[in-house]
Amino acid sequence: MKLNINGKETDLNVSDDMPILWAIRDVAGMTGTKFGCGMAQCGACTVHLDGQAIRSCVTPVSAAVGKKITTIEAMQEDKVGQAVQAAWQQIDVVQCGYCQSGQIMSATSLLKQNPTPSDADIDAAMSGNICRCGTYQRIRTAIHEAAAKLA
Amino acid sequence: MNDMINLSRRSFIKSTALVAGGLVVAFSIPQAKRFMGVANAAEAMPLPAPNAFLRIGADDSITVMLAHSEMGQGVWTTLPMLIADELDADWSKVKVEHAPAAPAYIHTAYGIQITGGSSTTWSEFDRYRQAGALTRALLLQAAAKQWNVPVAGLRTENGAVINGKKKLTYGQLVETASQLETPTSVTLKKPEQWKFIGKATKRLDSAEKINGTAKFGQDVQFDGLKVAMVARSPVFGTKLKSVDDSAARQVPGVIKVVKVPTGVAVIAEYYWAAKQGREALKLAWDLDGHDKPDSAALLKQYQALAQQPGVQAAKAGDIASASKQAKHTITAEYVLPYLSHAPMEPLNCAVKISDQGCDIWTGTQMQTTDQAAAAKILGLKPDQVKIHTQFLGGGFGRRANPRADFVSEAVEVAKAAGLPVKTVWSREDDVKGGFYRPMFVHRATVALDQQGKPLAWQQTLVGQSIIKGTPFEGVMIKDGIDATSVEGVADSPYVKGTANHQVHLHSVQSDVPVLWWRSVGHSHSGFVMESLIDELAHASKQDPLAYRRQLLKDHPRHLAALNLAADKAGWGKPLPSGVFRGIAVHESFGSYVAQVAEVSVKEGEVKVHRVVVAIDCGLAVNPDGVKAQMESSVAYALGAALSSEISFKDGQVVQSNFHDYQVLRMKDMPKVDVHIVASKEKMGGVGEPGVPPLAPAVANAVFAATGKRIRRLPIGDQLA
Ligand code: FES
Ligand code: FES
Repeated sequence: MKLNINGKETDLNVSDDMPILWAIRDVAGMTGTKFGCGMAQCGACTVHLDGQAIRSCVTPVSAAVGKKITTIEAMQEDKVGQAVQAAWQQIDVVQCGYCQSGQIMSATSLLKQNPTPSDADIDAAMSGNICRCGTYQRIRTAIHEAAAKLA
Repeated sequence: MNDMINLSRRSFIKSTALVAGGLVVAFSIPQAKRFMGVANAAEAMPLPAPNAFLRIGADDSITVMLAHSEMGQGVWTTLPMLIADELDADWSKVKVEHAPAAPAYIHTAYGIQITGGSSTTWSEFDRYRQAGALTRALLLQAAAKQWNVPVAGLRTENGAVINGKKKLTYGQLVETASQLETPTSVTLKKPEQWKFIGKATKRLDSAEKINGTAKFGQDVQFDGLKVAMVARSPVFGTKLKSVDDSAARQVPGVIKVVKVPTGVAVIAEYYWAAKQGREALKLAWDLDGHDKPDSAALLKQYQALAQQPGVQAAKAGDIASASKQAKHTITAEYVLPYLSHAPMEPLNCAVKISDQGCDIWTGTQMQTTDQAAAAKILGLKPDQVKIHTQFLGGGFGRRANPRADFVSEAVEVAKAAGLPVKTVWSREDDVKGGFYRPMFVHRATVALDQQGKPLAWQQTLVGQSIIKGTPFEGVMIKDGIDATSVEGVADSPYVKGTANHQVHLHSVQSDVPVLWWRSVGHSHSGFVMESLIDELAHASKQDPLAYRRQLLKDHPRHLAALNLAADKAGWGKPLPSGVFRGIAVHESFGSYVAQVAEVSVKEGEVKVHRVVVAIDCGLAVNPDGVKAQMESSVAYALGAALSSEISFKDGQVVQSNFHDYQVLRMKDMPKVDVHIVASKEKMGGVGEPGVPPLAPAVANAVFAATGKRIRRLPIGDQLA
């Protein structure tokens, strides 16, 4: 199965129905994308598929054929991703950190579609990403901060 | 705290040695207090070499070894701050590593290697500063020797020793320092000399946690490492009857199926195959005649017990005669559910057994306990088991198990498989897997005098003991009372301030495994006590804040937190229409936290708009870290108060994942304003104490808004 991950064509020996999450983590060995629930409930596994935030734990690799998968590992090369990561550091968002790859992927996708999100927009876009450490307040602040920097 | 510390008395310097990569300063402090029942652990185990807190490299790097686990609470930053201040370190050169499991890293108060009880910062405050100070003294001596000048004329700054215009970096002094005798005493800095302690400091683990490179247990991979999932019984305490694994073995990627004491393990090349293999198992469990917990029946049983005398946990005066003078008597029953910790990272543990011993990679809060459990299973000595602590994707108590459950199971799997294996839990395994905050029922009867002051206070608690049946039982259960069951009640200032009082406990037996959940007993007692106080204030027609101030007048730290929170929240001032306030204050883990919640209730839905938090934790080593923990506690506790519950039907856990075990999400996160009491009092913890006051502050606001008293958590649809 040929998958385009972060701009690289990657040949992975996986069955059609394997979720992208496990193909990326266990087969390609890229562990930045996290497993939290396996049923599209927590957002830890969020990646971009042709720029759209998706839950990779429930999206089979067959759905990614001919499309571009982008993961947290590529956010440093993305203008919006960079701004989000910089804001995350400035606000000191992270705690345990386990949810943060997914949070950053969702936040980056939000800012690409909506460069000036309101609190309500943030609620709508980010409520699928659980953070058990409760970093939500700082995530909110950091998204506004990144939006301001990108403006 | 800034006295000359005589290390020959307070500390015992083991060795100074040059090891690969730099200078190692090693010492350990005799245990001040041991209560966890494994008092001889330090003596029983041989010392590892090197035994160290701090390593300075020839490249000037300063590597701080953490005796505690980073699970979000920020010790990856706080402990290095302690060293950096005493060492005059160059902060940009500081690196951090989790220490191995070894006697040198035994908790200074608890006698085992543990991250828990919100104790890391206060318990390491002296030890880590001493490590820094000791190293600085050595480096000064080394520089004096290299320059052939007296130490007295030298000073240190930003990672270097300075002599007039000359300068030697710490890295340049490592070789000389390693040949010197370690000093036997050091002088710690005065607070006014601190550059880091007490200043908001950015986290050192931020960069790797935002670019995907931070390694959690889940991320451990190496050649030959396989993935296992274990099928466990759907009813706690029951055993496997039979298994047909023929279909499972046909699943592509499945390598082996093995039996382990907890069930059947499917070992595969990767998670997806292990999961599919496990689904293909045909399992039968021996459920006949076994006790099958049921939430409705449990509630009835607990309610009945709450009306009978239990084991006495506290007593003073004479309840019966005092109650005769009562103006009002209030009786209330409170019910709290089982709760799952549900850390973001599902449990996992990688194990590799070799001829020499065993290597374990996992996120754990209790290294030496896990080490001992693994050694026992494998017939090894504890020091043959190496624990490689990874970042914890949340702990909240679940990764501190006296029974070492997930580590022991992973060791059994690797042993049975004869392969290096990482055992991974699904979210369903986690939610259904037990080790819950125990369900509790409290029943209280309080008699009030004319002025509303409690004359007599009787309270009975019903719930499982966390400690019973664990290695800690001998030390943590006294006279039949598990202190963690009654904390926050038996020692409550309200109860103890009532001349006639009595606290009873029923410790229910059950196969449902229970464990400490962020704030332990305070997670239920805080809710009950601070809700009850609100009931008493209401019954005596007093303002809830004024009422608390009166009862807590001899408790200055409670008062300081209470007054600061009330002041910052504008207690008594008008709010937008439909918004109401509730207040609560509770001490736990040595810190005092008050919260004011601003809440509205619309169509049965509770919306928390803002929570104002005030904490007195003594010295706040990293004030921004303290704030982060208060924000975190509000979110963790609010999710539980609004919607989390583990329930049982026909012996099985009803919930399975985040769709039905609901936790807080962004849309329900209130604004959190945190204020730290300027305090010179004894240091307390910060990871847990923000949890207990949240639920009562919210429930008291709900009462203000609706007149309905919440006596059962979660609030759920009680207002619908
Ligand atoms: S792991 Fe995919 S949404 Fe939770
Ligand atoms: S930072 Fe721990 S789950 Fe979000």
